[in-house]
Amino acid sequence: MSAKTLYDKLWDQHLVKQRDDGSALIYIDLQLLHEVTSPQAFEGLRLANRQPWRISGNLATPDHNVPTTSKERRDGVNGIADPVSKIQVVTLDENCDEFGITEFNMMDERQGIVHVVGPEQGATLPGMTVVCGDSHTSTHGAFGALAHGIGTSEVEHVLATQCLVQKKNKNMLVRVDGELSPYVSAKDVVLAIIGEIGTAGGTGYAIEFGGTGIQSLSMEGRMTVCNMAIEAGARVGLIAVDQTTIDYVEGRPYAPKGEQWDQAVNAWQDLVSDEGAHFDNVVVLNAEDIKPQVTWGTSPEMVIAIDQAIPRSEDQTDPVLKEGYARAWKYMGLEGKSVLADITLDRVFIGSCTNSRIEDLRIAAEVVKGRKVAESLKQAIVVPGSGLVKAQAEAEGLHSIFTEAGLEWREPGCSMCLAMNADKLGNGEHCASTSNRNFEGRQGFGGRTHLVSPAMAAAAAIAGHFVDVNELVKH
Amino acid sequence: MRAFTQHQGIVAPLDLANVDTDMIIPKQFLKSIKRTGFGKNLFDELRYQDEGQPDQDCTGRPLREDFVLNLPQFANASVLLARRNFGCGSSREHAPWALDDYGFRVVIAPSFADIFFNNCFKNGLLPIQLSEEQVEQLFQEVNQASGYSLSIDLEEQVVVTPSGSRFSFDVDAFRKHCLLNGLDDIGLTLQDQDAIKSYEAERQQSAPWLFANKG
Repeated sequence: MSAKTLYDKLWDQHLVKQRDDGSALIYIDLQLLHEVTSPQAFEGLRLANRQPWRISGNLATPDHNVPTTSKERRDGVNGIADPVSKIQVVTLDENCDEFGITEFNMMDERQGIVHVVGPEQGATLPGMTVVCGDSHTSTHGAFGALAHGIGTSEVEHVLATQCLVQKKNKNMLVRVDGELSPYVSAKDVVLAIIGEIGTAGGTGYAIEFGGTGIQSLSMEGRMTVCNMAIEAGARVGLIAVDQTTIDYVEGRPYAPKGEQWDQAVNAWQDLVSDEGAHFDNVVVLNAEDIKPQVTWGTSPEMVIAIDQAIPRSEDQTDPVLKEGYARAWKYMGLEGKSVLADITLDRVFIGSCTNSRIEDLRIAAEVVKGRKVAESLKQAIVVPGSGLVKAQAEAEGLHSIFTEAGLEWREPGCSMCLAMNADKLGNGEHCASTSNRNFEGRQGFGGRTHLVSPAMAAAAAIAGHFVDVNELVKH
Repeated sequence: MRAFTQHQGIVAPLDLANVDTDMIIPKQFLKSIKRTGFGKNLFDELRYQDEGQPDQDCTGRPLREDFVLNLPQFANASVLLARRNFGCGSSREHAPWALDDYGFRVVIAPSFADIFFNNCFKNGLLPIQLSEEQVEQLFQEVNQASGYSLSIDLEEQVVVTPSGSRFSFDVDAFRKHCLLNGLDDIGLTLQDQDAIKSYEAERQQSAPWLFANKG
């Protein structure tokens, strides 16, 4: 038998039927649901008088709209001030009740961002297919699972059939060789990758991330890398299973136990690309070359290392790029600025499905400990990814470190990553954000987002502008 | 789903690359629990000067006069022409819903983001990928002639310009079949329910932990 990539294996294991027209029916082990992209899918089921195919193949939690201040959260859904947001969260509760789907609602400590909750509960397992009506579902690929975002019609399709009609992607390997420098994190790695291949570089591919620079990452770090595969255009990001994966999964509430655990671990050993497997494209980066990254523009590919000059439109040769850079410069208000430190920051956001896990909060706390947030900042908020991450952080005393330094400690949710709740940027404000998208208006109308790692966001909060975290911690 | 066979319509040139789904339909409008009514907020931040709110009457809002959809010659456009990597970003199906609700039936670009591309087909909206050169030619032609329209034939997989140039395009056989016939693909998949059941039975043997009671 010929050598297979990890993606090939996962595909083959989930193939229900190969159709003559080239499309395939793929079985879905787990669908995660949230309030924004599911209401129309449930409505579709009702209209067609259909029932979910397999109720236990779904898990739901509200995340996009939920408020993050403890005052608003005290009364659960009734505390949501925005009536439109409230309807959406109530609708998820009602749909899950009606169809018998497990939901961690706003009053449940397990509530949080779907992509934090799934892995945390052991609901996401190696070798699974995982989908969700959210493009950052690629996160779960960190477990050697085939995971990708889908639209609402497909959410309905999975509810009704537990399958998706798919066409196989091509295989890409992104290898990061060597050892990462101090305070260079998974976020810097993936931003550097996007800078290298561009936001459409992975279109049509499933990207497997490998090499020592990836293998040395914790599961939290691996999730950060896979989370942003979609920012490189790839719906699917993958990392091979190893002992780090298995150690993370063991003992989690939804993980297999006893004899089934042993059986599962045995099966998971094969979730790696075979020696000599064919990749349609291979990209190699040197870990030692990666420095802390900051985005300067309105696309994740508009990214530079902290010590680089902001690239200018007039230096570009490609006319589309030239136009794009000019537009980004204008939107981001960069006229008269040449380096990242010239940008005065208004807000700092530490959170999102990219960077709101315990390890992210630990490193941010380490940087701000004993220091004070710059007085020029209007706000710096830390939003844990789930109720359980929040509890863990509080048990470790991280919340006190943040509040003593002048950062706000919030309740879990997507928050300022996409500003569907009350947490948003004002017109023209610059934000150092650990989220995943710096599109125009993403964090609020006219808001200007700069994507960074948690350590870099923490350092920016202290300095009031971008600074290499390695420089900051020296003093 | 509404079928798509042929279409002829006015072309609106949106001369931007990497048009993301946040741009197509900003997040505040995602709070709706319906599939319809997004058209008035399509490209909201490019189209209006102020920040739009859900359920707002948009008729009196100040327009960005130079935005393509605000120009009178493109008022009735149903074919959108754009640059590379159209529809990148979030998986929100609200993006094709908004394009469709506004009145677009076709989007032409040199490349599309995967999830957006896929979502279009679920909603009777046809995304057509042409080469950079062909798209550049269309931009030049549309900017030179008023009332510029294109004819699209899905069965023939061809785009025809007013001067008679014919650009053929690729489309997956399954997607084409569904779109031409306006088929509900859930219904199609359920025709294979025996295959799904036998897959599940087999998988339950080989990987029982995937079917264990949770929690």
